[in-house]
Amino acid sequence: MATPLVVSEVFKSFTMHLRDGIKLPVVNDVNFSVASGECVVLGGPSGIGKSSILKMLYGNYAVDAGQILVAHRDRIVDLARADPRTVLDVRRQTMGYVSQFLRTVPRVSALDVVAEPLLSRGASAGDAREKAAALLSELNLPEELWGLPPATFSGGEQQRVNIARGFITDHSVLLLDEPTASLDARNRAVVVEMIADKKRKGVALLGIFHDEEVREAVSDRVLDVLQFSPRKAAA
Amino acid sequence: MSPEVPSDSGLATYNFAYLDEQTKRMIRRAILKAIAIPGYQVPFASREMPMPYGWGTGGVQVTASIIGPQDVLKVIDQGADDTTNAVSIRAFFQKVANVAVTTHTKDATIIQTRHRIPEQPLAEGQVLVYQVPIPEPLRFLEPRETETRKMHALEEYGLMHVKLYEDIAHNGRISKTYAYPVKVAGRYVMDPSPTPKFDNPKMHMSDALQLFGAGREKRIYAIPPHTEVVSLDFEDHPFEIQSFDKPCALCGAENVYLDEVILDDQGGRMFVCSDTDHCEDRRDHGHAGAMLGRQEAAE
Amino acid sequence: MSDTPLLKVKSVSKFYGQRIGCKEVSFDLWPGEVLAIVGESGSGKTTLLNCISTRLLPTTGSVEYTMRDGSIRDLYHMGEAERRFLMRTDWGFVHQNPADGLRMTVSAGANVGERLMAVGNRHYGNIRATATDWLGRVEIDADRIDDAPRAFSGGMRQRLQIARNLVTGPRLVFMDEPTGGLDVSVQARLLDLVRGLVNDLGLSAIIVTHDLAVARLLSHRMMVMKDGHVIEQGLTDRVLDDPREPYTQLLVSSILQV
Repeated sequence: MATPLVVSEVFKSFTMHLRDGIKLPVVNDVNFSVASGECVVLGGPSGIGKSSILKMLYGNYAVDAGQILVAHRDRIVDLARADPRTVLDVRRQTMGYVSQFLRTVPRVSALDVVAEPLLSRGASAGDAREKAAALLSELNLPEELWGLPPATFSGGEQQRVNIARGFITDHSVLLLDEPTASLDARNRAVVVEMIADKKRKGVALLGIFHDEEVREAVSDRVLDVLQFSPRKAAA
Repeated sequence: MSPEVPSDSGLATYNFAYLDEQTKRMIRRAILKAIAIPGYQVPFASREMPMPYGWGTGGVQVTASIIGPQDVLKVIDQGADDTTNAVSIRAFFQKVANVAVTTHTKDATIIQTRHRIPEQPLAEGQVLVYQVPIPEPLRFLEPRETETRKMHALEEYGLMHVKLYEDIAHNGRISKTYAYPVKVAGRYVMDPSPTPKFDNPKMHMSDALQLFGAGREKRIYAIPPHTEVVSLDFEDHPFEIQSFDKPCALCGAENVYLDEVILDDQGGRMFVCSDTDHCEDRRDHGHAGAMLGRQEAAE
Repeated sequence: MSDTPLLKVKSVSKFYGQRIGCKEVSFDLWPGEVLAIVGESGSGKTTLLNCISTRLLPTTGSVEYTMRDGSIRDLYHMGEAERRFLMRTDWGFVHQNPADGLRMTVSAGANVGERLMAVGNRHYGNIRATATDWLGRVEIDADRIDDAPRAFSGGMRQRLQIARNLVTGPRLVFMDEPTGGLDVSVQARLLDLVRGLVNDLGLSAIIVTHDLAVARLLSHRMMVMKDGHVIEQGLTDRVLDDPREPYTQLLVSSILQV
């Protein structure tokens, strides 16, 4: 079985046309891979490009050079060069993403927000909702909130909706951007267990965890992003 | 000019039937085209006539173009031979064509009509000429002529049913009682002029030729003899004609179209045949309605 | 993933005399995909939309469409009768001003039912039942079915226009600034409704908008137009999170934050 995620010689910079076209390098020569059943944690000080790496992998940021290889369906896709349609299919089938903040959609209930990724993969509404309910209950989200749109939820509640939405599918690659940032100890423990479960199922996880305790609990390996920093090279 | 025209009618000999020969030729061409494409509105160069628009200028031009000295003309207005419009047009053709006129449906070769089809079934060889105010059945829903022409060309008639839908939605049934749209020969949707829908079935497979002339709108259309004419409807709201509770008060006829006549200002009224010739003919043959004696007494 | 695009736009250009409407635009639209065309007024986005939807004939270029039977047809070489049939069955067109897309003098029910009658539906009860169902789906009370749209608010009219377009189960819907003249709260409701319908029905859509929030919420993919040219295109998230072109960066940075 192919390595689910291989990142090789990736460069990223921003060109700020509104500021006289200055070029801000973000990361240089990023190389790493994540194996099946492994949880790799991106480490290093803030502003070093950890989130940018996740955004490149998920297709929100374009890359200047290099390859992002994902085992998708029965082939290897280079996300650095894939067309939008392929990126969307990879998101639907292969690669999940739990962002720091939930992008709320007006008028859609928490339960449906969580069930949606399963629906888009062709699951029946009944099955998807059942699974969504199980996850929300596991994450201790009060049941009276399930039918409400999450826009008015607290940060921690929104994050749990977000986590449930990210974990509901059997994506083989999961990107986690500080999923536990606004959670209390009890729910952090739940998420740690959920990650462990994903690992047992052979999912490749790549995450950013500022909470040391969680990082210790989930990580197999810490990847120091400082080594890819263009500032390091300049220093 | 036809040699048969009697020399004692000055106007008729000067130029038979009012229109000049070139105009008649142009109108006949339009008529032939209309007959060849049943239900299709053929544009024609409508002339100014010595009567206002709305008084039958289209029908008069059609009649003037097809009438010959041997023809016998009948003119009816809402079924009656004796109302202003009918009398005037009949007099017009007597003057300009010196033709024989009649009120008897069966004797006429050409019948010009405003808003009725005679009760007596028409025979082969007869021509019914309708006066048409607005020839375009889609007009009140689609004001653009370019668009309605395209809709006819492409047979896009969904809009016609929108009109019928609205009727049912607002009145519980198709409340349109006149100018009820029909589909001719399975192709063109046509406005049968403001005849009561009671008369629609008479257009279907008629032995007579039916010509329609709209003077102001400059359109001629036709239904050739033995042509299928179907009134539009819904499966669950089928086309129905009006029915009347009582027979004609004068001649006792049933299953004919009746007009309401107010008799006094105490609410007295009666329903009588709209087709005056039909009514008189029946009375001549001894039929009598409930109020026959009273009406004659009143006269 | 289907292997045939629904729509293949090839080098479509439209010139108004010397002036460029849109120039050399090419893209594929896949089944179920929502494409947003963004840009400021006069950038050519509506010209492009009108060309693709055959409401306007381009100066050069071609558009191929995959019909329901799988055959591929060049839209500009299709007969008018067939093209108009396609437009009122397999396509929808939602205008910015609902009055352009509705019959303002006939009832809401007839507005929705018209397309059904146009394709030969002749059962009043069925037409009315379908119209009632669609009014419900666009959140218009069933008891408004016999009211004319001129008695409706702007947001209701726009929802009615959407129902009127979707009743025949089209596969492709064009929308020209669908939330254009609406209040913000009304906009949000409409956007959410459109998003839901597009997802549920698996529609493909091309949406012209100058509002990047609309593009973010509804579209998978975006094209940015300026002076008749497509200057940047890609995944909607990518274009909005990592705009590359100077003009796109200007657009993205011009969004008001609340």
